[in-house]
Amino acid sequence: LAGLGGTAARAATEEALEPNSWEDVTTYCNFYEFGTGKGDPAAYAGQMTTEPWSVEIDGLVERPGSYSMAQILDAMTLEDRIYRFRCVEAWSMVVPWQGFELSDLLNLAGVQDGAKYVAFETLYRPSEMPGTAYNVLDWPYREGLRLDEAQHPLTIMATGIFGKPLPNQNGAPLRLVVPWKYGFKSIKSIVRITLTDQQPQTSWNMANAREYGFYSNVNPTVDHPRWSQASERRIGGGLFARREPTLMFNGYEKDVAALYQGMDLAENF
Amino acid sequence: MQRINSLFRMVPVWLVYMGGMLPAGVLFYQGLSGALGAEPIKALEHEYGELALQLLVATLAITPLRRLLGLNLMRFRRAIGLLCFFYVSCHLLVWLVLDVQLLGQILADILKRPYITIGMAGFVLMLPLALTSNGISVRRLGARWRLLHRLTYPAAFLGALHYVMLAKGFQLEPLIYMGAILLLLALRLPSVAWPKLA
Repeated sequence: LAGLGGTAARAATEEALEPNSWEDVTTYCNFYEFGTGKGDPAAYAGQMTTEPWSVEIDGLVERPGSYSMAQILDAMTLEDRIYRFRCVEAWSMVVPWQGFELSDLLNLAGVQDGAKYVAFETLYRPSEMPGTAYNVLDWPYREGLRLDEAQHPLTIMATGIFGKPLPNQNGAPLRLVVPWKYGFKSIKSIVRITLTDQQPQTSWNMANAREYGFYSNVNPTVDHPRWSQASERRIGGGLFARREPTLMFNGYEKDVAALYQGMDLAENF
Repeated sequence: MQRINSLFRMVPVWLVYMGGMLPAGVLFYQGLSGALGAEPIKALEHEYGELALQLLVATLAITPLRRLLGLNLMRFRRAIGLLCFFYVSCHLLVWLVLDVQLLGQILADILKRPYITIGMAGFVLMLPLALTSNGISVRRLGARWRLLHRLTYPAAFLGALHYVMLAKGFQLEPLIYMGAILLLLALRLPSVAWPKLA
């Protein structure tokens, strides 16, 4: 953990987080491009071609263009981050990621002054993604962050877990990880990053705006319309696992609460 | 069809009960052993619920199968109906004891979350059906028994609706169950004079 920035180090070491097993993290996934079952991504994501891979960085940036994975990895220094991961479905994991801060990647492309938001897009390749045969969501999968959220030192782009390259079902070769937001914000297998001055459309918000807000910060006091968000169950505890209380901002309150000062979090859920 | 019917007549009803309850135990064991994946509680809850829906479709299919195809499975209808109730109860128990765990939250969920309210309503409608699924009740209630057991229809609809409402995004499977149940209910409308196909 030597390479951690100040705030991240504090959040990660406050209580020693015990990571879930490789098995838990790689077999229990949501990646609807490969099916809606938790085991579908592990079963079907293997067919996704991840080499070659490039990311189109466009919009309000100084150096727009197609950045190859090799180019990106050359410019970035990988570090370890052990984060809590809280799904909107009220389950959670602890994942040991490897990656780099998103802000470093944004700096590589150069953020223009007028940029206020960052939009992300997942690969949409129906021939390798059986789940996209159904209109579960409006493909391609889209996510977005406010620029200050994107530039926060806790926000990373992950390329690996457990010291190994990201398995396809976990979002290979490059995915977002925003540990204080519900998991669906941490978009997988990213092919496009667009800097904009307008709040971008996001997939779950488009599918059901009443249930999934743009911010989707982990918040035990704001329930999902169909279930409580006050508690969660850690994956891997077996048939008799107890529920645990969900932490404000998923336990990263000290680091990120300032981003939302003065905002009504029930309104901006 | 006569031959198929006489084949089915050789199947003892107790075998249907035994065979029908077997998956409950197997699934529970799989949940313990890890065969249901990293999150066995939700998986078990889902498996029991889905089995209940399949048995619901099966009970509703028995009368149309006899009317349209001449296939007579009436001997098994009570067993299948009771097995359906058994799996609904298993599903509910997993939700209460293993999933939600907290009594306060259970009550809040039943009142506040429409898909749970609807699922619970379906379960409550099934209670008198399960309690009167025996020879004594049939004799005692007489004509009222048949009337009472029409509660199966709203209960089935609520069960399917419960599944449709809990899906995240647009998903096909719950809609297939809903479609099958609506079709089987429509076949019972008195205005529909269905011809015998076989």
